[in-house]
Amino acid sequence: MSTKTMSAAEAAAKPASFVSSRRWLLWSGIAALCAWVLVPIYLVALGALGGRQGVYIWPKTGLPTGISLEPFILFLKTEGVVQSFLNSLGAAGITVALSILLGAPAGYALARYDFRGKDSYRLLVLLTRAFPLAILALPLTVSFIRLGLYDTIVGVGLIHTVLALPFAALVTQGIFLGVPKELEEAAWVFGCTRVQAFFKVVAPLALPGIVATAVFAFVISWNEVFAASVLTVRNRTLTAYLLTVLSESPMHYRFAGGLMLILPSVVFIFAVRRYLFAIWGISSK
Amino acid sequence: MTQNRPWIPYLLILPSVAFLALLFVVPLVQTIWLAVSDNGVPSLANAERMVTDINFTRSVKNTFLLTIVVVPVQIAIALAMGTMVAKVGRGRETILWIWTIPLGISDLAAGLVWLSILQNTGYFNSLLFSLGVIGRQASWLSYQTPVALFIAIAVAEIWRGTAIVMVIIVAGLNQVPKEFKEAAEIFGAGPWTRFWRITLPLIRPALQSALILRTVLAFEVFAVVYALGGRNFPVLVGEAYNWQNQNQNYSVAAAYAVLIMIISLAATLIYLKALKVDPERLP
Repeated sequence: MSTKTMSAAEAAAKPASFVSSRRWLLWSGIAALCAWVLVPIYLVALGALGGRQGVYIWPKTGLPTGISLEPFILFLKTEGVVQSFLNSLGAAGITVALSILLGAPAGYALARYDFRGKDSYRLLVLLTRAFPLAILALPLTVSFIRLGLYDTIVGVGLIHTVLALPFAALVTQGIFLGVPKELEEAAWVFGCTRVQAFFKVVAPLALPGIVATAVFAFVISWNEVFAASVLTVRNRTLTAYLLTVLSESPMHYRFAGGLMLILPSVVFIFAVRRYLFAIWGISSK
Repeated sequence: MTQNRPWIPYLLILPSVAFLALLFVVPLVQTIWLAVSDNGVPSLANAERMVTDINFTRSVKNTFLLTIVVVPVQIAIALAMGTMVAKVGRGRETILWIWTIPLGISDLAAGLVWLSILQNTGYFNSLLFSLGVIGRQASWLSYQTPVALFIAIAVAEIWRGTAIVMVIIVAGLNQVPKEFKEAAEIFGAGPWTRFWRITLPLIRPALQSALILRTVLAFEVFAVVYALGGRNFPVLVGEAYNWQNQNQNYSVAAAYAVLIMIISLAATLIYLKALKVDPERLP
């Protein structure tokens, strides 16, 4: 408050300094919010690389002293870690494949055709958003046991696809809307069949957006905790594994697990950063 | 395009409809039936067992309190981020990337991140110690400090969940035509009036979907709570998880699931009614 009244008083005297102090306020706000996001990640990385001794250093300085990769590698060698990491990759891979294979055609239909039932379909897709989807894993336990899908990566991938598919359908709709219809029609005129026109003209133009959608499907599956924990016992995904061993793990293992969960998704978000806002602009309409 | 082969769009949506029917609609019906039946006969026994459970009232209270505190703060921070970044020319991309990083972070990881800060020998205590606020390590995450634990969980949720709200709101702000603001400025509207009278009403669709998404997710809060407080802070989904995995009682777990669904649906309907969006603005 005091800085505000001060800057107002200054503004009366000389407008130039008013502008620069507002500028200063803006950038310190931005810097503070960037630190708010980044510092906790830095600190958990310190915890993951500090090992057992690092946890009990008191008081902590927050400086990267006494860290090495060794504690993290030791964590990776713990029984079950690598396997659950691979399981997570597998479940996410299935989720990506299924949600694009099932979602992209639906998105294309929504973008290019007017058909009876289009609105009901869109309602079904939007309805999934109002439900806590992961909770639907509860009754699936029984049917998955019967089908032999319980405690398998395929089972986890299937339920994660329920989470990612509505998103994929809506986003790919927007992506296909962005590909001019005229290009596709021109391909027909020049003798392409519909399928050829799609794969030769539409698909290459839509590809970057579809890849970004796939990355999101991956992140959705990678981060999901509840359904994965309910549907697996021995073939745990990384999140499910960490959740179940949490209470008996030492602190530095928990931090290492947290870091291991964060790293891949941060890389992926970086890879699709240019599409983030376009995608969410579409899917939040 | 549709005249000669009207079945094409149906063929294209069929796989996804079949998939959602099998793995969304069927489990949905199953959950409801599981919750309101006992040995195949309609009954309210599960609901009764849920309501009389020792953790029930606390978990309802905790979940609602968290949602009421977390969601508005997230919207406010996201609006602040959106307005700030709109004033930035160079460096905008980098700032937005940093702010969206938590989008890729799971609630479990967020809980573990804040555990490293708030545990007894953690960075928060170290900071307070070096500032002379506390003489020895204080604990924030035990059952003896419910308020501190609540704040810790809220902070972790705000840290993680604001990114998605920010992305939706920035996407909405990008669609607001510049002319509106300029016109308001010419007519002498100050920054606050412009924000409340021009920007906020125009991004109502974005605001609505951000609110729906975040509120539904907030009622699903679970792993972040578990990572920070173990079972010291019961929430609805955590109770469903315990009934399913520890007690092996699928029916009471289903009752919790139905309760969470009802709350989520009610919240969605309230938002849809309260923030009516002009149908012409819908896709």
